[in-house]
Amino acid sequence: MAEEIKKGLVLLDFWVSPFGQRCRIALAEKGLPYEYSEQELLGTKSELLLRSNPIHKKIPVLIHDGRPVNESLVILNYLEEAFPDAPPLLPADPYARAQARFWAAYSDKVYEVGSRLWKTKGEAQSQARAEMLQVLGNLDGELGEKPFFAGEKFGFVDLALVPFMPWLTPSFERYGGFSVAEVAPRLAAWADRCMERESVAKTLYPGEKVDEFITLLKKKYGIE
Amino acid sequence: MEKATENAKNPAPLKLLGSWASSYTHRVQLALRLKGLEFEYKEEDLGSKSEELLRLNPVHKKVPVLVHGGRALPESVVILQYLDDAWPETRPLLPADAFDRALARFWCHFADDKLGPAVGAVFASTGEEQEAAVRQVHENLALLEAELRDGAFRGRRFFGGDEVGFLDVVLGCGSYWLAVFEEVTGVRLVDADAFPLFHAWLREFEALDEVRETIPAVDRLLEYARGVRHMLLGLAGGAGAGGDATEAPAATAAPPAAAPPAAATDIAVDI
Repeated sequence: MAEEIKKGLVLLDFWVSPFGQRCRIALAEKGLPYEYSEQELLGTKSELLLRSNPIHKKIPVLIHDGRPVNESLVILNYLEEAFPDAPPLLPADPYARAQARFWAAYSDKVYEVGSRLWKTKGEAQSQARAEMLQVLGNLDGELGEKPFFAGEKFGFVDLALVPFMPWLTPSFERYGGFSVAEVAPRLAAWADRCMERESVAKTLYPGEKVDEFITLLKKKYGIE
Repeated sequence: MEKATENAKNPAPLKLLGSWASSYTHRVQLALRLKGLEFEYKEEDLGSKSEELLRLNPVHKKVPVLVHGGRALPESVVILQYLDDAWPETRPLLPADAFDRALARFWCHFADDKLGPAVGAVFASTGEEQEAAVRQVHENLALLEAELRDGAFRGRRFFGGDEVGFLDVVLGCGSYWLAVFEEVTGVRLVDADAFPLFHAWLREFEALDEVRETIPAVDRLLEYARGVRHMLLGLAGGAGAGGDATEAPAATAAPPAAAPPAAATDIAVDI
């Protein structure tokens, strides 16, 4: 059965996924047209998703001329490399690039640790809270007085991290009993600054919507 | 290999802080050797980390850390890509094509997030728990075997093609532990019949000069592994097996068996 290869970019995604949002922001920043394909995750996964990411069965998946690229950070690097004429998100200098890769990967911790805040109680939750404060402190410290992580320009680390901000506020803050504005004030200001960018403002959902979604997940999986 | 010339193009000295039994350290040592880059090596006592290490890697406090012209780079996977970027005239680790690079990165994450922890879990457990961990390792190896047989790496001598590349370095510097763990636990992990292509690749990898220069002698690894297993089993059932005392290969390869409740993270929709 000869299958016609679909040309161009298709993004298999889920509306509130911060990992998917990383890709959407990058595609917008680079001015790359693509087809957005909302995936059913809470029910039955589509055959296309299962075929494109058989190992993890997760979104986001970027399909380029029929070939799937999986995992948000892999997708971000791919967009840099496959479309060299589009505006770059990584700096040119090797050391700065290394730092960007390090901190973009580190930003995953916000979601990982934050998820434990709403899924656990007692000792496990306290542990998660302590870790979260450390993570936020590290990020705030790395940002420092700069407008964006790489300096003057919005880039790789900013778009890797910013989708987690509506998860932090109000949800993770409430479950963890802390305030980003208090423990990481520069990060809080940076988040507002990022929201001034069209690509970010048009992609992210308000914290209240994310909070509703978390509540939905808790009900669905019977988490108190 | 013109070692003097390679470094000369980017002449600031290279220093690597590492640990002799750390497969993450080996990745960087191997990469530097493959590229013909000279470096100074400093062995870190992970039970008593130096002030220098803590200063250079304050976020994770781990080895390896590469120092180039006074600037620190932690995380083996970040370092490997830095080596390609900073010395583009040397033998590249990542492939040239963007899609191939994406595949290499994807499987690198697989090695670090799935295969490594599964192997670590075998090493840190006994009985039924271990049997479940072994099944997990076999499932993961089967996925790699399938890619070597009919998938992205079909027909290749190495994951990088005719020559070793990024994924070979990442997978290879870790896979030598398989035989060591098999010996220490008495459990079969890489069956040459079940995983013929993976097995063949590993033998080819281990035969390379640069790899033999990098991987410690088997008897040292065995002695070390026996000590770690003893400690892990002694602490099994308690919180944080292994703790921070040593960055044991099992600990660096996997969170200890008693780490944050896996059940909680399994529940959620992974979006």
